[in-house]
Order: sequence, then structure tokens, then C-alpha cells
Amino acid sequence: MKPPRFEYLRPDSVGAAVALLNEHGEGARILAGGQSLIPMMNFRIAQPSHLIDITRVPGLDAITDEGNAITIGAAVRQSTVEYSPVVKDRCPLLVEALKWVAHEPIRHRGTVCGSLAHADPHSELAATSLALNATFTVVGASGERQVPAVDFFIGPFTTVIESGEMLSSVSFPVVPAGSGYAIDEFSRTHGNFAIAGGVSVIQLGADGKVASATLSMFGMASRAFRAFAAEERLIGSMPTAEAIAEAADLALVDVDCSADMHGSEEYRAHLGRVYAGRVLTSAVARAQGGSK
Amino acid sequence: MSNIDKHEITLNINGNSTSLTVEGRTLLHDTLRRAGMVSVHAGCEHGVCGACTVRINGQSARSCITLAVQVDGDEITTVESLAKGEELNIIQEAFWRRHGLQCGFCTPGMLMRVTEFLEENPDPTRDEAREAIASNLCRCTGYQHIIDSVIEAAARLRGEEWSDDAGIPARELGDATEVSN
Repeated sequence: MKPPRFEYLRPDSVGAAVALLNEHGEGARILAGGQSLIPMMNFRIAQPSHLIDITRVPGLDAITDEGNAITIGAAVRQSTVEYSPVVKDRCPLLVEALKWVAHEPIRHRGTVCGSLAHADPHSELAATSLALNATFTVVGASGERQVPAVDFFIGPFTTVIESGEMLSSVSFPVVPAGSGYAIDEFSRTHGNFAIAGGVSVIQLGADGKVASATLSMFGMASRAFRAFAAEERLIGSMPTAEAIAEAADLALVDVDCSADMHGSEEYRAHLGRVYAGRVLTSAVARAQGGSK
Repeated sequence: MSNIDKHEITLNINGNSTSLTVEGRTLLHDTLRRAGMVSVHAGCEHGVCGACTVRINGQSARSCITLAVQVDGDEITTVESLAKGEELNIIQEAFWRRHGLQCGFCTPGMLMRVTEFLEENPDPTRDEAREAIASNLCRCTGYQHIIDSVIEAAARLRGEEWSDDAGIPARELGDATEVSN
């Protein structure tokens, strides 16, 4: 239960971190809070040759209000975001999502970007980034590229970040005025990994019909994913209980639910539809109530 | 692989600046134990049980999934800072009085977490106290007595009237918990 040997490196810029990643190749890993990586190293599931600690890189610890988005640097701790007045004001869904992420002592150390780059299929933050259409900034030797959330997660613990690249920040669009949002999950105890959960953001038009809708699910399958069929069922419709129920039934179309000691495939599929219905209902109610 | 991955770090441990040489891979709980802070218990060693909880710059954290080198220059607080010699502090005494421990293995982590929690929330409900210690596992008490301890410690820290004989008022304890002493 101790990590294997590695070389610890602490660069002072993103450029230096990327250079180290490229110098040391596949064995090099970025270290931020380490709240997922170090347990994996204690179990020796992960055996990196080099750890590149980016938490002291100047500027990476910034939360920036861009007007239409909140940008969170790669070294920003989850609890810093959770208690950030600007995030609470501009992107309150992110604060609600963080309340579900592990426990407070973990959130004190863990980072938002680290959790996203880790890409756990149970990740509330991954699902939230999908529901909000967040944008990921990935930096490599040849410069940076912007990746939409819907393209970022490609499998269990797998993202589009290539060897030699790192996630430097993520931008969460602010929740537009007049939209409703919700996140909910089922787990054995609060703070444990979700067995099933959903996130939704709903915007209603002046006619009361659904103008835009996103629904993402986590804890269900090999990665967090958008439930496009459910979204399409709602967009343009009045958000009646029947419409929401039909949308929830479409939440897992073409999804292979995972099975483990916490629940069978059938159980997860059932829970997933229940939680899809709950977050859609809550998001619609908030949108109708005019909550931000 | 390099075997010269040694780092000179300085930790402020319970107010004492301490210079140490650690490997990159050395976990904080091992560093602290080697420095004499044997209250820091290595339980699950993968961030689940909370027995190794210490405070890093005032914030509770798992020392088993933190590298010592990551907290170079930081202030670390452990249970050794709580009592004055033989005299327990209010939170420790409440754990002792309300049977907030049996085997005691989880207790140092519980105490560090509860100390932080009561600084942030001096007048918690039982549910808030339960949520606050949800990060820490106890296999003995079933948690009820730990919640009692937290509520009693909170009442005493607020300076409320409190009797050695009667314990704290029944209304503070709530639930169906027996309050006889």
C-alpha cells in the first residue's frame, strides 16, 4: 500500500510541464491533488515513472469569470470552487455537483480538472461538464486545443488527452437566467461512488415549451454520457409529466449499463431511468419557478 | 529508474518547523509517524477510512493519499496539538465522556475532522454532525456516541451551561439516545 518509486518533478510553468511530459514519455503523469492517482499508485494499478506536480504553477490556481463562462485552472481545488462566491453566483449547478463529490477532506485536496482528466465513469463533474457543454483546454508541445465536453470522454478513465498533453483549464458556461438545473444520484451512502445519477439543464421559452435541454448520466456505464434521445423528446414540447416520463424512458437508449457488486445491469437501468426522471422534473420545476 | 529521488522539505508540524529528507513517493502519514506523530494512523491507505486525517494549512485531508513532498512548506496539524500535557481539550474530553470511541483507532482522524467542523459550524444539528464525519469510518461505535460527543463538545465550546453530573441537556442530544450518565 505504498506507491512504487517514481521521480517527482515540480515545474513552474505549463510550458515546462508539457516539456517534461514529452521528455519522459508514456510513464510520466500529471499530479494535481492526487486524490485518485495516489490511491491507484498505492494499489500499484498506476506505476508512473515520473510525476509532474502542477499545483504550484503560477496562474493555474485561478477561477476566472469570462462573462459567459467560468474558467477553472488545473490546480484549483474542488473545495475552492465549492465555496467560490463567483461560481455560486454564476454557475450554481457546479456547486451543487461538488457537494456529491467524495467527502470534504478529499475535496480540500482534489482538483476539478484532475477529476475530469481522470474520467471516472461515476464522476459527477464529468456529467456536469457534459450537461453544461463545458470546454476543455488541452495543451501539448504544438500548442493548445479546445475540446467540447461531448468529445472529451471516450471510455472508462480515458479522454482525448494524448501522451505529451495536459488539461490546463476547463470552462463551464454560466447557467443562463431563466433556466433550471438539477443533479441527483443514488449511492449506498452520501459521498460514495454513484450507482446511478443524472444532471440536467432546461431552458423554457416564453410559450412554456422546452427551448433547450441537456441530460447527462453517470455511474451507469463505461463513461458519463449525454442522453440525446431524451433531450430530443423534450425540446419543443410542453414539459408535462408525461413528456418527462417518456424522455426518462429514452435516457438509456443504446447504453450498455455496467454491472458490479453494487447492482446488476437491470437494476442500474431501472435506477437510471428513475433518476433521469427526477432531475428532469426538478430542472423543469426550477425553470418554471424562474430560479437561476 | 532513478534511486536518487530525494527531496529536502520543511513541514511546520504542530507549530514546529521541521526539516526532513523524503523520497518523492513517501506518503505524508509515514513522514509524520517517523517524525513522532504516531497519532496519525495508517488504516486503509487508499483514502477511504479517514483514520489518517490531519489538517493541512487548516484543512482536513487524508495523509495516506498525500505525498509529503506535495505539502513542502505547509502547516500540518495532528492530534498531538490538541491536549495540553495530560489535560484533554474540550473535544477530546467529550469523546471520552460520551464514549465516542471504543478501540480508538479511528479517533485521531475523527478528532481532526471534528475540530475543523466545529470551527466552521459551532452549533450543528445531529444530521450536520453525521454528514461531517461521514468521511471517517468507525467500526466500533455505530457512530451514535460519536455524534453525541460532537454535540456535547459543540455545546461546551459555545460556553453553554453544562453539568459534569447530568451531561448535556436531553434536547441537545435528540434522537432516542439515552442521556443518563
